[in-house]
Parts: sequence; structure tokens; C-alpha cells
Amino acid sequence: MIQIQNVHKSFGSLEVLKGINLEVNKGEVVSVIGGSGSGKSTLLYCINAIEKIQQGRIIVDDIDVHAKSTNRDKLRQKLGMVFQQWNSFPHLTVLENASLAPRIVLKMGRKEAMEIAKKELNHVGLGDKFDEYPTRMSGGQQQRLAIARALAMKPDYMLFDEVTSALDPELVGEVLDTLRMLRDDGMTMICVTHEIAFAREVSDKVAFFHQGVIEEIGTPEQVIVNPRKEATQKFLSKVLH
Amino acid sequence: MEYEFHWIIVFQKLPQLLNGAFVTLHVSVLSMLIGITIAVLLAIMKMSKARIVSLPATLWVEIARNTPALFQIYMAYFGLGAFGIHLSPYAAVLSALVFVNAGYLTETFRGGFQAIPKTQYSASKSLGMNSVQIYRYIILPQMFRRIYHPMTNQFVWSILMSSLGILVGMDELSGETQRLQSLSFRTLEFFIVAAVMYFLITKLVLFSAALIARRVFRGDL
Repeated sequence: MIQIQNVHKSFGSLEVLKGINLEVNKGEVVSVIGGSGSGKSTLLYCINAIEKIQQGRIIVDDIDVHAKSTNRDKLRQKLGMVFQQWNSFPHLTVLENASLAPRIVLKMGRKEAMEIAKKELNHVGLGDKFDEYPTRMSGGQQQRLAIARALAMKPDYMLFDEVTSALDPELVGEVLDTLRMLRDDGMTMICVTHEIAFAREVSDKVAFFHQGVIEEIGTPEQVIVNPRKEATQKFLSKVLH
Repeated sequence: MEYEFHWIIVFQKLPQLLNGAFVTLHVSVLSMLIGITIAVLLAIMKMSKARIVSLPATLWVEIARNTPALFQIYMAYFGLGAFGIHLSPYAAVLSALVFVNAGYLTETFRGGFQAIPKTQYSASKSLGMNSVQIYRYIILPQMFRRIYHPMTNQFVWSILMSSLGILVGMDELSGETQRLQSLSFRTLEFFIVAAVMYFLITKLVLFSAALIARRVFRGDL
């Protein structure tokens, strides 16, 4: 379970998160929607401690993420993350991209790491690309590689940071299909997304971020179909034209 | 009066010249290997926000890049000698070349590091890698690839600058040439052959570098 309690985060004098409270249970899919600069991506970076927080607590399976004594490299093994810019490792083949972390972080043997990587790559439909270099693939393929790379670490949670925003429109579908597949596998996921229809379809909970706070949270039905707050209604009417 | 070339003496002394050429290659390769290692550390130090870490690196770079290599060799040989530290000509030239190589390469490497998107660090971190692993497996391979050509230029520079060894009596190619021509007075012949040898050494190094690059660097950045 991920518990986010009264989290505040500032970049210099700019306060991006102003007291966020959110709980994500095992097996749940939570979508985070909201305008640019509302702090939704920042929250993901705080959950796996790539960014520090100034106040509050984030607890992942009883581990206080930002406590001094926490081994954050180890903690991040629990939390897979996929980025807007897929961030493949350009100097490694697809198979090396996906097997590197299991090999050097989980200290698996070369063969075992390859097996796991191959399995995850097959899972996301890249079974015929093992020896390809990522820069020679489409954005959609690279994004699926990023998902397989994260899954090869056997994470308990997956964090998705606007994973379709940088893709050409015709490539969005294949990535969303991969996310649907993960949901069907029972993966616990937090998806920061601009794909409102997708959020409505897959989520157990939807949180609407506005100016650094969660303005509205509930089932997709409550937040997307029948929003009560004015800010939510305004946002949705802008994105659902 | 026409100059009369006499080549036979040069060919008789070819083994000595080749020996000198080997020392030249040897000292430049070693100065590069040590220089690269130090430059990686200096580049990382120089990017640090803590002045106490970045300042020594900055000093090294500034001195190495803004003083003549000749002075640095003199400093290593005669300068340290004045303090009772007596280096052999080889060691003096090697340390001077290491000093300059490290200085120049630091700036090259820093540029290389900065050209790598920050997101490569975040992505590696998110996979649970620690800082050492991130540098070893993700950052350094990409950095070296970006700066490979400037680095080979530095290598050529080292080979040519090692000829300053002549000034401290080192037995590299120039030193040997100097010695042999002064014994035979066939100055022009010896220096022409030495120049051809320098040319061949640098070509050999560039060719090997290209071969290595083709083998090591796969994919695109």
C-alpha cells in the first residue's frame, strides 16, 4: 500500500505540492489528471524519492520513503517507473536495456536475467526486437520497452508519468493496450495521464490535481462523469471537446 | 652548393630509431591511459556544487591549459629536481604529458557528461541502480562515445608533444634522432626519416582507434 500524507514539495520558492493526501491499495489503479504544472508528475517523482519532499510522509509498504535511514536504491526496486520521454538506454540493445538492472541490481546470473527480460519483452509485444537498438524503434515501441524494463525488476507498483504524451497519436493505442494488460494482471498502478477516456475506463480511483492540491477524488463516475467542483468541470470541458 | 643525401647511415641506425619510436608510442599511450582516468575524476569533481571539490579540479585545468607543455616538462625534470625529487627523463615527460592530457580531457569529458540528458539518471535511479552503477553502466559508456573523436585528437597531440623529451635527454624518437644526427652530421636525413615515423605512428594510432570504435560502439546515441 502507498500512503501519501500531507506532502509538501517546493522548488525554491515555488510550492508545487501543497499538502497531498492519497492512498493507493494493492491491486488498485489510480489515475491522476489535471492541468500542466498542477504538480501531478512531481508527486510521482516524490513517491520513488527521485525528488525530496519538504513536509509530510510517503509510506510504501510500511517503509517511510524519505526517512534518513531508508535505503532508497533498494526501495526503488519495488516501484517501477515509466517516463514521458521513454528514456531508453541508447547504447544498449533492447534485451540489454531490459536485463541490465536485474543483472546488476538484483545480482541475477546473466542467463536468468535474460530469461526474465525476454519474458517481459514478449509480454509487451517486442519479442522480435531483442537485438535491435532503441533509437531505431518508434516511440511506441520504445515506451513499451521502458515498461518491460521496469517490469523485469518485478516491482510491486508501477508509476506512469504521462507515458503517452510524447507519442505520435497513432502510437498511443499500443501503449494504452499494454497498460490495460497490466491492469488485468492485477498490477498496482498510479497513472498520471491526459487520456481522460482511458482514465475513466481503467481506474478504480481518479484524482484531479489543481494548483498543488487534490481538488476532487473518487471513482471515475464521480470525478469524470459527474464532477462536483467547478475547477474539475472547467478542466474537463477544456479537454473533452 | 647542392646538398648530397646519404641515406645508408640512416638505414644502419634504423633499429635505434625504431626503438625510439617505440618509446614515443609507449610514453604517449601510458600518458593517455593515466590522463583519461584522472580526467574522469576531475570532470566529476568540476561539476560538483561544492567549491572545495570543484576548485582543485578547476586549478588543474587552468594551469594545464594555459602554460606551455615545454615549461611543464622543465618543471617536472629540473623544477622537482631542485626540491630533491629526481625523476628520470622518461618519468618527467610522462608526468608532464599526464598533467596536460588530464587538463584538456577534463573539459572534453565535462562537455560529454553534460550532453547526456538528466533523464538518463532518473531512469537508471528508478531501476534501483546506485550512483556507481549509473556511472559505470549508463553514463560513462555514453560519455566516452560522445567525446571519442576529441579524445583521439588529444592522443595525437601527446605523441607529437612527447618529442619535447629531446630537451631532457629522453631516448624517445626525437632524442634518438638528435643523438644519431649529431654523431653522423646527416641531420636532414635523420629528421626526414623521424618525421615519416611520427606520421606513421599517428596514423597507426588513429586507425586502431577507429577499429576499436567500430567494435565497441554499437547502436546510435
